[in-house]
Amino acid sequence: MLLKNNFQRIAGLIFIVLLFLYLIGASIVYGYTDTSWKMAWEAFQNNNGSNEHLVIETVRLPRALIAAAVGSSLAIAGALMQTLTKNPLASPSIFGINAGAGFAVVIAVSLFQISHLQAFAWIAFLGAAVAAISVYFIGSLGREGLTPMKLTLAGAAIAAMFSSFTQGFLVLSEVALEQVLFWLAGSIQGRKLEILVSVIPYLVVGWLGALLLASKLNVLSMGEDVAKGLGIRTGLLKIGIGTIVILLAGGSVAVAGPVGFIGIVIPHITRSIVGIDHKWVIPYSAFLGAILLLLADILARYVIMPEEVPVGVMTAIIGTPFFIYIARRGFNAK
Amino acid sequence: MKQYQNFRWFQGKVSILIDRKASFVTLCLLIVTMAVFIISTGLGDMKINPVTVVSVFFGGGTEMEQLVIQSFRLPRIIVALVVGMSLAVAGGILQGMIRNPLASPDVLGITGGASTAVVLFLAIFSNESNALTVSIQWMPLAAFIGSAVAGLLVYFFAWKNGVSPVRLVLIGIGLSALFQALTTMMMLLGPIYRASQANIWITGTVHGSTWTNVFTIVPWAFSLMLVAFFMARKVNVLGLGDDVATSVGTSVQRLRFVLLLISTALIGSSVAFAGGIGFVGLMAPHMARRLVGSVYGALLPVSALIGAILVMVADLIGRTLFSPLEIPAGVFTAGIGAPYFIYLLFKTRNA
Repeated sequence: MLLKNNFQRIAGLIFIVLLFLYLIGASIVYGYTDTSWKMAWEAFQNNNGSNEHLVIETVRLPRALIAAAVGSSLAIAGALMQTLTKNPLASPSIFGINAGAGFAVVIAVSLFQISHLQAFAWIAFLGAAVAAISVYFIGSLGREGLTPMKLTLAGAAIAAMFSSFTQGFLVLSEVALEQVLFWLAGSIQGRKLEILVSVIPYLVVGWLGALLLASKLNVLSMGEDVAKGLGIRTGLLKIGIGTIVILLAGGSVAVAGPVGFIGIVIPHITRSIVGIDHKWVIPYSAFLGAILLLLADILARYVIMPEEVPVGVMTAIIGTPFFIYIARRGFNAK
Repeated sequence: MKQYQNFRWFQGKVSILIDRKASFVTLCLLIVTMAVFIISTGLGDMKINPVTVVSVFFGGGTEMEQLVIQSFRLPRIIVALVVGMSLAVAGGILQGMIRNPLASPDVLGITGGASTAVVLFLAIFSNESNALTVSIQWMPLAAFIGSAVAGLLVYFFAWKNGVSPVRLVLIGIGLSALFQALTTMMMLLGPIYRASQANIWITGTVHGSTWTNVFTIVPWAFSLMLVAFFMARKVNVLGLGDDVATSVGTSVQRLRFVLLLISTALIGSSVAFAGGIGFVGLMAPHMARRLVGSVYGALLPVSALIGAILVMVADLIGRTLFSPLEIPAGVFTAGIGAPYFIYLLFKTRNA
């Protein structure tokens, strides 16, 4: 790990929080419509209703806040999933969350001709929840209850099933393909603040819940038997973790569509910086996830201006080189 | 019943040990595979009963039946069979080599590389009216090159005094995300017509297979699979961990490279002719594991047969159920495979 004692970790946390705040500002200021930091300040002090001020208030601000919320939620959900399944490859999508949400949205588009982003949000949340609950249920069958192996396998199967149905609908209907392709790539563009406001309670519960469970997660990662021996009710704990993941990842997919990669990569990057203590992993993941998504979103505006690249594409393009570097350096390098 | 039956010949100089249950399961699956093969050949717009189908194989039947079976149905069914087997065997090897149940051709970025290559191929060789400027015959080659490049890139980036499984798979994930991003971006930037063409390929289909395809893929895939079956023993050892494998005399790094090479070649040849058929490479080995346990000598043949059945049935459904529409086989592999897998998971829930 990079940061060896708590003093360094606190300093690091302060640094990434500052970076995070700077990127929120940058996300409000930079883009197709020419604005400056001063103008952004004025827009919040006394909005004169000019075009620039309107863009800042109705387009840029929601976008920055959504990127921050979604990025941190996905990163935390990913960290929890990797601990729960004891598998470094796990991410919220193993719970079938992205696949379930995608399927629900495609059904809504192709069978019920719904094409409203606001409606997509609730449909996606519903699909994600249904998929995740069925994965949890199938993974808990049997005498031992939920084991990492059964959960992983059930999740992989359910996710594959839903995404194959989605593909089927897309192959059958070119109209649905056109409408849904952008959504399926994951994007935080053009979302209104109301969408975020309606899911933020779930996300906040998830964030706080994850922080509260941090010390128990440390014990769980030592193994089921050890955790039981130390007096932790593992069944209850796992249900708690599952619920938090559904809230965080389901809420994110509702707002931004399936943004992959963050949930799998950020926890690894975080652990290489602060080690495996969840009390540090969770806050660090949250801010690093937000930073990656904000950065990707800002760059996504510039690549093929005036059009935009889906942010899911951009996170992979920025994140992969960094991730490969870390993977090569070794996660436990001294 | 004893679990194993041994055979000795030439006063014990040649001997084999056979797992009774595994051989029974293999035999059953072999029969099912043949049945599916024959029934699938008989079904379609023109229905031919299974007995006639068998007689057509031996030169009987009317001229019409011969035409339909030999020039339209057989090539695609054989390609489906071989592709299913290849993907399942490759997936099984990867899972054993990486020691992770989530390993699969998609996770290592090998299919992703092929998708990117195909989308790139469609983008480069299209003119303004979206017509291809070169023959579509070159697309399999593009796909194969894409997957080979992806496989080598993963290995190259993961190399650092040898390749550890975790590093290999994490780098695979990174690259596969990158490939996926590039594919999506090119699909979005291009016209929707091309996106939908690419989408059919990415989903995976054996539509339009010809005898040339069959003769290209069959020798290639079967010789690779044969090598894989003989290496099964070594995959078992690798599953015990690097330290144990080294101490019983395995050259771990070389073995890992050879195994990766075999799986990349198997995956590459099947995506070249059938596109990104998902699920089989991930789930067929798990189904096999639930049926015969995790000893690779039995696991690989059984997963190969399961893979073959999955893709053949998926293709059968895709071309008959929604006729005259053709649904890519890749849509149904998970659709029929996942429920069966969940059933297996339920049946062995206390194991």
